[in-house]
Amino acid sequence: MRFVLNGKRRDVDAAPLRRLLDVLREDCGLTGTKEGCGEGECGACTVLVDGAPVNSCLVPFAHVRGRTVTTIEGLRSRLPEALVREGGTQCGICTPGVLMAAAALGRRPSAARVREALAGNLCRCTGYAGIVRALAGARAVPRPRVRHAGPPVRDRRPSSRRSARRGEARPVEE
Amino acid sequence: MRGATTLSLAHADGVKTVARHAIGLRYPTPVRVVGRSVPRKEGLAKARGRARYVDDLRFPGMLHGRTIRTAIPSGELLGVRFDFDTAGFTVVDHRDVPGRNVVALIQDDQPFLVEREIRHAEEPVLLLAHEDRDALRAASVHLDCRSSEPVLDPERSPRAFKEIAIEKGDLARGFAEAGVVVEGEYRTGRQEHVYIEPQGVIAVPGAGSVTVYGSLQCPYYVHKALVALLGLPPEQVRVVQTETGGGFGGKEEYPSIVAGHAALLALKSGRPVKLVYDRLEDMAATTKRHPSIVRHRTGVAGDGRITAMEIDVLLDGGAYCTLSPVVLSRACLHATGPYRCENVRVRGRVVMTNTPPSGAFRGFGAPQTVFAAEVQMDRVAETLGLDPAALRAGNALRPGDTMATGQRLGEDASALAVLHEALERSDFHRKRRAWTGTGRGIGLSLFFHGAGFTGSGEVTLASRATLELTPRGARVLVGSTEMGQGTRTTLAQIVAETLSCPLERIEVAEPDTARVPDSGPTVASRTCMVVGGLLKACAEEMKGRLGGLSPSAYLRRHGPLTVTKQYEPPPGIAWDDATYRGDAYGTYGWGCDVAEVELDPVTYEVRPTRVTAVAEIGRAVNPLLAAGQVEGGTAQGLGWALLEEVVLREGRMANAQLTNYMVPTTLDTPPIDVTILESPYRQGPFGAKGVGEMPMSGPGPAVANAVRHLGLDVRSLPITPEVVLECASSSTESEETSTRPR
Amino acid sequence: MATPLARLALLQPRTLEEALRQLRDEGPLVPLAGGTDLYVGFHFGTVSGRRFLDLQGLETLRGIERRGDTLVIGALTTYTDLIRSPLVSRRLPILAEAARTVGSPQIQNRGTLGGNVANASPAGDTLPVLAVAEAIVVLRSAAGERRVPFGSFYTGYRRTVARPDELVVAVEVPRVEGRQWFRKVGTRAAQAISKVVMAAVRAPRPRIALGSVAPTVVRAPRTEALLAIGGPLAEAQAVLLDEIRPIDDLRSTAAYRRRVSANLLAQFWAETSRIPPAR
Repeated sequence: MRFVLNGKRRDVDAAPLRRLLDVLREDCGLTGTKEGCGEGECGACTVLVDGAPVNSCLVPFAHVRGRTVTTIEGLRSRLPEALVREGGTQCGICTPGVLMAAAALGRRPSAARVREALAGNLCRCTGYAGIVRALAGARAVPRPRVRHAGPPVRDRRPSSRRSARRGEARPVEE
Repeated sequence: MRGATTLSLAHADGVKTVARHAIGLRYPTPVRVVGRSVPRKEGLAKARGRARYVDDLRFPGMLHGRTIRTAIPSGELLGVRFDFDTAGFTVVDHRDVPGRNVVALIQDDQPFLVEREIRHAEEPVLLLAHEDRDALRAASVHLDCRSSEPVLDPERSPRAFKEIAIEKGDLARGFAEAGVVVEGEYRTGRQEHVYIEPQGVIAVPGAGSVTVYGSLQCPYYVHKALVALLGLPPEQVRVVQTETGGGFGGKEEYPSIVAGHAALLALKSGRPVKLVYDRLEDMAATTKRHPSIVRHRTGVAGDGRITAMEIDVLLDGGAYCTLSPVVLSRACLHATGPYRCENVRVRGRVVMTNTPPSGAFRGFGAPQTVFAAEVQMDRVAETLGLDPAALRAGNALRPGDTMATGQRLGEDASALAVLHEALERSDFHRKRRAWTGTGRGIGLSLFFHGAGFTGSGEVTLASRATLELTPRGARVLVGSTEMGQGTRTTLAQIVAETLSCPLERIEVAEPDTARVPDSGPTVASRTCMVVGGLLKACAEEMKGRLGGLSPSAYLRRHGPLTVTKQYEPPPGIAWDDATYRGDAYGTYGWGCDVAEVELDPVTYEVRPTRVTAVAEIGRAVNPLLAAGQVEGGTAQGLGWALLEEVVLREGRMANAQLTNYMVPTTLDTPPIDVTILESPYRQGPFGAKGVGEMPMSGPGPAVANAVRHLGLDVRSLPITPEVVLECASSSTESEETSTRPR
Repeated sequence: MATPLARLALLQPRTLEEALRQLRDEGPLVPLAGGTDLYVGFHFGTVSGRRFLDLQGLETLRGIERRGDTLVIGALTTYTDLIRSPLVSRRLPILAEAARTVGSPQIQNRGTLGGNVANASPAGDTLPVLAVAEAIVVLRSAAGERRVPFGSFYTGYRRTVARPDELVVAVEVPRVEGRQWFRKVGTRAAQAISKVVMAAVRAPRPRIALGSVAPTVVRAPRTEALLAIGGPLAEAQAVLLDEIRPIDDLRSTAAYRRRVSANLLAQFWAETSRIPPAR
């Protein structure tokens, strides 16, 4: 059956109702797309079909006849670098799916728009913070701060005054 | 100018040290990477889909494996019937075990495969392997069983795996001093890890040997279990960790079982066997967080000083012991919360029920008891009419204070520092006043987490780390694993800076038991602190021996150089396991969370709108990665607080699908404002303590206390809308609360 | 255990007529639209059929058009199509709202309205909307066309009047007068199966429909009638509780569903009282 895969025309012989996920991983040798649940809940298997993100664990191979399929291996984007830079990838298993779902976002999306577009991608490591930061920008999602704890506090009552001795917090840089 | 200068350029790609090798330049030039947010080493490979997890691997002639499991929670296996043609299948049962049919861990009570006694649903009985996955799935096996009455209620269990008692001072005197006594019972449920990559291994047989590749946290745990199961000499068993898609403790001890099963199939068939669980099996059969029932009885003086703490801890260990004694230990050692009290008694039990065994999960007992302690604190505050922050500040542990085990805290005890920071950062008091009665709530939790193994644990582990000189720099050889928390990168940073070698020239070897030493398990928030500390010592020695030569020059002149260091406890640490007295942990991390929620009056949903998380972790070797642990752990804690519930029916997980076991999506997770405080721990590399687990303890009680601020008395997790409705509907007077003015 | 997909048969008709002939002559065949329900069934091994009819190529079944006062939505229209359709936004905005609450963007890009209707789950998110819109389900077979009022389409838990040789080809939505309202209460904020889902229209004769509180989607005629004659809200809530039959299940409790249904009625009533009527 003919289709376009990551920009190249392919002709793959596979049973029509096999999952697109399995055809990609096994028949085409592209293991970047992952299986996290097999029930369309985690989004780790997200690929683009004609530019639209779909769960490849729920797509029959027959349905990509004549269509364009894009996997993480074929993603042309600087988002992977941004994701790494902002701590948006930890164990990495959800990352390809996240990036493919993010491909549907326009330029400079808001944090809210990013969260909506990624509502179908579960991440258990990052709390989504680094992911949203990478995709919406550090202004939308401030980076964590690091500061010195200051001298040991011994007093009983919590102080409501900002203590100059404790030093300014610096944001996590880069 | 002669005598070159070193340029240190901070790039988005990390720190590059450009040393101009001009004549007269001394080697090495300083490298400053500790405390920088350098990108994780394998980050781009993961983001481009090039990282290889176990299911991405294939071996020639490989078979697929499948586990046949019990459906009943308790009883006897009488017989097995195959309703399919077994030709072409490899079949393994307990009789095929060459060594001991026992998962070597603590009590050695759990079999790899059922022999006769069935102790929980989803217990493995039989293994199948076949080339064709469809044929494998279609194979129908009938288990003939006789049921017996299961024990499903931990409060009715006839057997405890472990009991612990911690006593300090004189409880009776403490209660006599109290003006008010507050009692309460708090419950938390099972939690499933939901690492997005399910459990999986590939076992490859050799002549009288086996190699297992897998998704796991502790290659040496697996190694030990395989040696016992297979009856092979240790050097004939090899375990290699593949890139692992999340662990959270769920891949601490459980992979030994997957590995053992795959190895049995591989050795019997003579072919590589891939055994990967699908999500349903993974959720139904693998370990969960121990459910808890914790009872508090607290005596408080009129000025808010806690005079007595009496605490009972009951954990449900499931069918087999696994790591329950250690979970109970940590639970009991954190049961008082981060507070000072002269008179304490903590009694803990972890008991058997006929449910799939409970196991390690981020926090490892502490989140359960910290939940109870922190909700109890808010109830005490409520009873006394005190500000919950002030009550905590008045009782918080300070440097020099003595804990329940008699441990004296060092200068890096930061309970008050994190509390102050969180209150200020979140504008807690103003919101607390302004939001009363508006449908918005704000609550706080103060918590702590002992870094490393309890008591003499680290000494027993006797962890080792090795550093090997390479022509370009050095190679780290440790059994510690990367599972997303940043091990590979942070350990490399510690070595790079100590050795004065650019970060990109420090390699971290794949954790392969044939190559790396046993650095202890990657658990207990110990890796950066303990193993990083060993590597720092290795690097210091290596640097000394290099004597100013470059690595390649040294190798040319002197040949190979390898340095290995073994754990030595810091001076002055003493622990008595028999009496449970002494220094339970070398040091502690400190945390404070403030949770802001809003209650939907139509649906009773509690929506978290913001969490302020403050963590004092000694030193952030890599601030971005450390913050990632706080962000991720806080989100996972929110899931435990509000959404995640394992529903058991007749001892079996009824909601073992991601459709029905709810983990937070992007829309369920609020902004998490993270502040990391640094108060260097002298015994940690560059001052680092542990960070990975502590964030799990904060959200549960912070959310419960925010819900209390809304006027709802909830004392259990998860706080689902159904629970909120029931709470709002029932009377406000609870049977357990008794406040007796004296 | 998971269904062996390589061993299943797929017929791929090129026209609707061919598809209907195959359904009649080469059955039993299970229709395959977006696959988002079917493939979950395959994964958990709950699909008993072994032969499938691919509707994907039948482009005439996809699309939204206006015929006079009626909105005609092809069965293969996806949730994303519904969300993006200006026609739907104008005529039946609560259908777009319901589509937005279904699954995730990935599911929305594949799942179809016809699938949601034919699947007959009591929790189908679009079903209460179609119920209050008093839509018509258009069925076709080789023998001809059959038009079934939405209220008569479901006969029991996951059962419809559709015969094995019939396909849902379209849903026709007449003009809806009044203010439209929709709310889904799920197990979490996104990607959630509903615990209670309600669609309603505020008009001289109000219309109210709920999902996940009975074996099928249900209208609440007695509640509607009471509100139509100006009955007090509290009484209407009591009547509503009598018209639904929620159960305890994995996701929620009957008690919760009852209380929330009553609350949703109150919210609908309050929120639609000040908004000017839609044109």
